[in-house]
Amino acid sequence: MALPLDVRDLSTTLFTRRGEMKAVDGLSLSVGAGETVALVGESGCGKSLSALSIMRLLPDPPARIVGGEVLLNGRDLVVLPEEGMLDIRGQEIGMIFQDPMSSLNPVATVEKQIAEVLMTHTELGRGQARVRAHELLELVGMPDAGRRLDAYPHQLSGGMCQRVVIAMAIACSPSVLIADEPTTALDVTVQAQVLALLKKLQADAGMAMVFITHDLGVVAETADRVVVMYAGRKVEEATVDELFETPLHPYTAGLIGATPVPGAARAERLADIPGMVPPLNALPQGCAFAPRCPRVMARCRQERPKLTQPAPGRLVACFAAERG
Amino acid sequence: MSLLALRDVHVRFNTAAGVVRAVSGVSLDLAKGETLGLVGESGCGKSTLGKAIMKLVPVAGGEILVEGVDIAPLDRRQLTDMRRKVQMIFQDPYGSLNPRSTVGRSVAQPMVLAGWTAEATAERVETLLRWVGLPTDAKQRFPHEFSGGQRQRIGIARALALSPKLIICDEPVSALDVSVRAQVINLLEDLKGEFGVSYLFISHDLSVVEHIADRVAVMYLGTLAEVGGRDQIWRSPQHPYTKALLAAAPVANPKLARSRQRTVLQGELPSPLDPPAGCPFHSRCPIAQDRCRAEKPVLRPVGGGALAACHFV
Repeated sequence: MALPLDVRDLSTTLFTRRGEMKAVDGLSLSVGAGETVALVGESGCGKSLSALSIMRLLPDPPARIVGGEVLLNGRDLVVLPEEGMLDIRGQEIGMIFQDPMSSLNPVATVEKQIAEVLMTHTELGRGQARVRAHELLELVGMPDAGRRLDAYPHQLSGGMCQRVVIAMAIACSPSVLIADEPTTALDVTVQAQVLALLKKLQADAGMAMVFITHDLGVVAETADRVVVMYAGRKVEEATVDELFETPLHPYTAGLIGATPVPGAARAERLADIPGMVPPLNALPQGCAFAPRCPRVMARCRQERPKLTQPAPGRLVACFAAERG
Repeated sequence: MSLLALRDVHVRFNTAAGVVRAVSGVSLDLAKGETLGLVGESGCGKSTLGKAIMKLVPVAGGEILVEGVDIAPLDRRQLTDMRRKVQMIFQDPYGSLNPRSTVGRSVAQPMVLAGWTAEATAERVETLLRWVGLPTDAKQRFPHEFSGGQRQRIGIARALALSPKLIICDEPVSALDVSVRAQVINLLEDLKGEFGVSYLFISHDLSVVEHIADRVAVMYLGTLAEVGGRDQIWRSPQHPYTKALLAAAPVANPKLARSRQRTVLQGELPSPLDPPAGCPFHSRCPIAQDRCRAEKPVLRPVGGGALAACHFV
């Protein structure tokens, strides 16, 4: 059986006045049923554009998919006409964004917004959709769900709005859920509630989940497998345990060293990575991480390392890691 | 004598919807050379408290003492003196820099206000930029030419200009990427080692606070829930809210994350417009009893030098 989501060599380029920028450069990503793959990196590394590319929600111009395939249950979305995508979004792929307030229509009630998803993709009538919307709100743990049906987004807290967005995303039992920084705007106790909710919903329905985040703490709590991106490219892939135990790419090691772990022995200093993520229109020749890399070699500045497989299920793009 | 002493500080805002009690009765001490972490969720009053210390919001009651001097009755000139001792850096460094001033001018402003000569000011600006790790040509450039991390360095340079004793850091690294965040945290620690400056470090990010703070104060809905040494708070938190907050914070270690038992706190922060009677935390507290709904607990010693505001610890 085909994987729920199998992205192969996806490339998205931004065509701007300042030239062409490879925002996503040859990304491959597969997610099995019931599996959570975290897509990790700092701002500007291409993780959100990857998600938008998968959903075909890119603003064109300037962004366009220039190569690769996005196989959803075996069917390539890249070549699908826009009408076909309308059926797929919300039905086969659900998506949750960072800011729940701006994902919701401010002048429509919660019930109307959830019902709209249901009535678009299923045969349910208005009355049945309302009943189902109520059930979904209960399912996502909305406090006082019945009364919230007729509320407007501004009457709800950020955490409650995110629950509404999750209810809409899972309304049609999608096989793939893409969550782009779904808890970044939430307070830490509410974040814990939403993460627990997503895990439970995923386990119950066996959804494949792509979880995009910059927060390694959230990665450690939610992911089965992790893909680390830097400057539009995948630089490492591993299971979550392997990644934190033996990071192979110096960038991954740097990110982990820069994140304090409460309860661990207190380091005098955090390991910082000098410099910052290069802008896409000024990528260095060779490895994009070379100017910040503690293990840089002459070769890294000339030649771009390809992904290699040092062990089954592990991938890394680094000359220094190849040497061990 | 404490460098900073807060005695029963209250801050209220009158809004169209009613009176918001942003800070109600906070007492805290910060010693010279100490980093005090102030943690809590959005709306708990931690930033308002920071601004109250700078006299950026009106204080409705209580005393704020800087080196023993109450700042409330100070006139304009005395306030300028006080602000030499206490400076602030903000979450969004771009929002706190004038976009039409060169970085050199922004950083020089404190010295200009203090009446320094042009020569001494220029020399000081170069020293400050060097301390915070910015190139010297930065002074001719404008804020938009810098990245978020560099802008925060500019804010830090300006805060350091007149050798303050205390810097109030309001979420200084929350807007920064992970790798850059570590750079700024390390810079703050280096500056502390070099100049003996103290920090009131306000943040919602517990792992950052655990890394940087000597002592920690936990705020909930305008009041202090618990105050204690860093290790004390992390190893044996007493207040149920502190426990819940620590349990909710994601841990960047998958094995540790799986092995710890977590009780996910239910519900959300009540509105500060209409705080619950009695203990502000009782509506979400796993061990709340009738007494908590009626009587507000006061901060009291709970052993190990820590203070907690709970009837049942």
